[in-house]
Amino acid sequence: MSALAVSGVSKRFGSLQVLRDINLSLEKGQMLALIGRSGSGKSTLLRCMNGLERIDAGHITIGGHALSYAPAALRRLRQDVGIVFQAYNLFPHLTVGRNIMLAPRLVLRWPSARAEARAREVLATVGLSEKFDAYPNQLSGGQQQRVAIARSLAMAPQVMLFDEVTSALDPELTGEVLITMENLARSGMTMVLVTHEMSFARSIAHIVAFMHDGRIHEIAPAKDLFARPRTEELRRFLSSTL
Amino acid sequence: MTYQFQFGAVFARAELLIDGFLLTLQLTVLTGLIGLILGLSCAVIRTYGPRPARMAVATYVEIFRNTPFLVQLFLIFFGIPEIGKTFGLRWLPSPYMAGLAALSVNIGAYATEIIRAGLQSVHRSQVEAAESLGLTRWQVIRYVILPPALRNVYPALSSEFILLMLGTSVVSVISVEELTGTANLIQSETYRTFETYALIWVIYFALALVLKGILDAIAARFIGRQKPPPAAAGAAHA
Amino acid sequence: MRSFGLNDVWYLLIATQWTIYLTVVAFLVGGALGLWLAVVRTGGSRFGNGLALVWIRSFQNTPLLVQLFLIYYGLGLFGFRLPPFVAAAVGLICYASAFLAEIWRGCILSVPRQQWEAADALALTPWQIRWYVILPQALRIAIPPTVGFLVKLIKNSSLASVVGMTELMRAATAINNATYQPFKVFLCAAIIYFLLCFPLTMLSRRFERQLDVSTRG
Ligand SMILES: Nc1ncnc2c1ncn2[C@@H]1O[C@H](COP(=O)(O)OP(=O)(O)OP(=O)(O)O)[C@@H](O)[C@H]1O
Ligand SMILES: [Mg+2]
Repeated sequence: MSALAVSGVSKRFGSLQVLRDINLSLEKGQMLALIGRSGSGKSTLLRCMNGLERIDAGHITIGGHALSYAPAALRRLRQDVGIVFQAYNLFPHLTVGRNIMLAPRLVLRWPSARAEARAREVLATVGLSEKFDAYPNQLSGGQQQRVAIARSLAMAPQVMLFDEVTSALDPELTGEVLITMENLARSGMTMVLVTHEMSFARSIAHIVAFMHDGRIHEIAPAKDLFARPRTEELRRFLSSTL
Repeated sequence: MTYQFQFGAVFARAELLIDGFLLTLQLTVLTGLIGLILGLSCAVIRTYGPRPARMAVATYVEIFRNTPFLVQLFLIFFGIPEIGKTFGLRWLPSPYMAGLAALSVNIGAYATEIIRAGLQSVHRSQVEAAESLGLTRWQVIRYVILPPALRNVYPALSSEFILLMLGTSVVSVISVEELTGTANLIQSETYRTFETYALIWVIYFALALVLKGILDAIAARFIGRQKPPPAAAGAAHA
Repeated sequence: MRSFGLNDVWYLLIATQWTIYLTVVAFLVGGALGLWLAVVRTGGSRFGNGLALVWIRSFQNTPLLVQLFLIYYGLGLFGFRLPPFVAAAVGLICYASAFLAEIWRGCILSVPRQQWEAADALALTPWQIRWYVILPQALRIAIPPTVGFLVKLIKNSSLASVVGMTELMRAATAINNATYQPFKVFLCAAIIYFLLCFPLTMLSRRFERQLDVSTRG
């Protein structure tokens, strides 16, 4: 059974049609990269997958949950679907450790000792064990982004969503975050990411979808899509990113 | 013409003044706490509640922020018993209770506005991050929005608290014997009007400084270090 | 005992004039004094700054009611028999000067440092810098909190009733003594105050929103 299935999804903001009849599916343990021009609807599609935006038509199944907007069902889905944002969105008033422990304690109702052990474990996987007691503003952007990844990982999600998680970073900090994501992919995590890092998408992703004007204009295994773009739009997009 | 200042007669009533001072403190702390709880609840309702509740809170806040405290005090002290009587209720609040009630609802309205601004200062992306982790609406408010919101508005709340302390003097008008009330008594007995008011003027001044010192110390102790430096805060909200 | 009627409402409205006069006088004179204090506070002189600060804190850190008592009774001791209006006006002027000075000081300081430097580089004198460069920019930011303070001043002018000035609040108290219908009387007074204050509150908010938009855009 697939870890993610999107069928017939449409979405509009007022009079602006942002997503048009999107169909996708992704097997467990695979990585899907969404690429495309600014405004083509990549973030919106990603945010629809965990219910941050409401879809107008279609169905989404993700991490074993059918998307519905009933609050309790949505919370259950979100326990199994992690998301990492471009702007990190760490909670500034909590230490790194407490940022990570918050959801296991409140949502999974774990006792604090267990949540702490889990926080230390995921912090180690992103290579930041020594930052447990630091506040977010004491970390570099790359470190904050890795903490944000750890915060999602602590919930042991089935699927992880990433929205341009390296775009706010200086080039020298981008690498450390990409390596973290690559390790995650190797460990078998199902991942969907919006990215402008074409070489990363080409070498790590299994499937790449090119979005254009709210549609999935082309979708193919990574090697094929980059090697043999079939449409003029994708060709132009790829040459503009070189 | 020379006027002989005589503080002796006033100091002879020091005991009375101390009682008044303590009552001022008590009124300030009690109404401060009640007002804070009221303000917190109302601000949360005003921001996240259902529409009718939001309207009700907005009405409460606008009424109390756009009329003088003295009128509110008189309405509660004189007006409510009159209304009660027409419904057959015999409720006569003591000046102290009326003063406490009036001060609390008044400061509650101001606290509501301040805290509401704090709630709105927390960026939407914080809420999205928390919801994406599966927190309930109430958990998001309680653990993610309120702590930074209160930190952001702490300076505004603490200066409002000092204004509240100074404002308690007005309840002397319905003969509550807090500091100004006892001063009224003492000056009418000793005829040392100027000396009496000058003395409590100094006491209020000192009390305001001490309260400010305490509130600043609390700020430094509990919320000083987490204030994000502007660069990091900017990046996090980019 | 007579009962509260239309005549009394009329009487309250007449008395409201005095609330308005008192507020306007306190605002204009206190504002002039406050502006001067704000400029002194942001100027270079440590001595002037210290003196202004003592004045400001004396009125910010003490109850207005006690200030009014001190002025009303205190000045009386030195042979000035002040009419209640004058005593109340003097009290509110001092009070307004202190608060407006601090509000405006904040606005002056929020004008970016580079503006001072740029004007300095053009060889303007310190007073020219303030008058032609800083104050016009500070003024825009100052409007919402200033209107907000005006509302506070209207409300606090009710304390003048305690030192015997017949404005709206004292008129209401007098009518209450004659009719003993406190709920109606004070509710009526509250409504009049609300009608004075609420439009100003809304205006202040409008200005604030406009400022938000223009500084963001
Ligand atoms: N909350 C919203 N309200 C109205 N319009 C929106 C909203 N969010 C996105 N849009 C519009 O929807 C379109 C798609 O936006 P989206 O953020 O999905 O693009 P994107 O592909 O992620 O672009 P980028 O690469 O710049 O992040 C854009 O035209 C955007 O202006
Ligand atoms: Mg995007």
